[in-house]
Amino acid sequence: MRYLADPRLEAVSERLKEVGEVVVFASSKGGVGKTLLSVSTSLLLGRRGVSTGLLDLDVTNPTAHLVMGIDIARARPIEERGVVPPEVYGVKFMSPVFFTQGRAAPLRGEYISSAIREVLSMTRWTGVGVLVVDTPPGMSDELLELLTYVRKFRAVVVTTPSVLALESAARLGEVLGPRVEALVINMYTGGEPRVWRSANLGRPAPVYTLPYDREVEESVGDPGRLLSTRFSREVDRQIVSHVVRLFGSGSYYPVPR
Amino acid sequence: MHEWALAEAVALALSSYAKRAGIGRVKRLVLGLGELQAVDREVFELALGESLKLYGLEVESYELVTEEAFFECKACGFSWGLGELALSDEVREAIHFLPEAAYAYVRCPRCGSPDFSIVRGRGVRILGLEA
Ligand SMILES: Nc1ncnc2c1ncn2[C@@H]1O[C@H](COP(=O)(O)OP(=O)(O)OP(=O)(O)O)[C@@H](O)[C@H]1O
Ligand SMILES: [Mg+2]
Ligand SMILES: [Zn+2]
Repeated sequence: MRYLADPRLEAVSERLKEVGEVVVFASSKGGVGKTLLSVSTSLLLGRRGVSTGLLDLDVTNPTAHLVMGIDIARARPIEERGVVPPEVYGVKFMSPVFFTQGRAAPLRGEYISSAIREVLSMTRWTGVGVLVVDTPPGMSDELLELLTYVRKFRAVVVTTPSVLALESAARLGEVLGPRVEALVINMYTGGEPRVWRSANLGRPAPVYTLPYDREVEESVGDPGRLLSTRFSREVDRQIVSHVVRLFGSGSYYPVPR
Repeated sequence: MHEWALAEAVALALSSYAKRAGIGRVKRLVLGLGELQAVDREVFELALGESLKLYGLEVESYELVTEEAFFECKACGFSWGLGELALSDEVREAIHFLPEAAYAYVRCPRCGSPDFSIVRGRGVRILGLEA
């Protein structure tokens, strides 16, 4: 009956059937590098020949387009039996920013959920092998929409080496359970991470570390430069390789021909 | 067209309901079209017909009811309609795609608060169904 109450929910599942794998970058703490990591991962997947989509699910504060250096007035989704995302640097890119035009959009939770349903039910990802999803920090509406209505996705939990961020990541692991594909400790400067309650991940998952790299901040808006950073080299070696292995196994979703 | 996505969603929801309820057709269907989403009726009806065919559901008759958009400020209680707002075509187009984008452009006309509810008239919904 819930589908009659909101007909978009059925369409969300239908639209995502067109996608091979959904990989969600999530964190409970803000500012740990989800957006940089999502963009870098998408571009690198594209470079490896994987048909890739990138969805910015941060409705109130989208920033992925800024990292990509996209002029939102020029690259725009096309209306065609729904909405087809524009292709930027070989990646199909969708963001609520195309509609909010970069203005502040303060939304309460119910409207965030509704906006996410609208975007997921209208966007056509036809032919996309891996859909990378950048999320806002926290364990609120965005994450719950994914958990309840998208269901089949894999999560990469992102944290910094800070004790508090690691503790928060462990909590997020408890919520995501078996969906956790890997833990990424970003801005890692060496040494043993002090706290990591791997028992709470719900499943054994690899831990990847990405270096703190000044070049990252300077490359915001310049994808070519971002890809030449030490950060991106490590993203490619560790995370992109992991995702490609998943995709290669190809059993998660049937990819329509 | 975006109308296709909206119509397809309705057809999908109905056909999956019908499957679960074990019914092969719907006698009467009433759909609400929110003013905020500014659905093109002609395109929507065409898309609905095609989508219902695609998902194998017969609907004997249907009615489309326009629901006026209605906002209410949480800060001062003021309420207003879409007609009271001066929105450019570009903004209307953005809101057509994503009604929640209204929060980027609309503020309470009385107190300027961004914290208001879209009480009615947001998008497409199923108002009634007779099997
Ligand atoms: N490995 C890194 N080395 C140096 N700076 C980094 C690194 N990763 C990210 N940054 C910088 O940290 C800041 C936060 O990154 P980013 O916006 O990607 O985080 P986020 O998790 O998406 O934040 P939010 O939770 O607000 O969405 C950015 O300015 C980015 O340039
Ligand atoms: Mg971010
Ligand atoms: Zn007010």
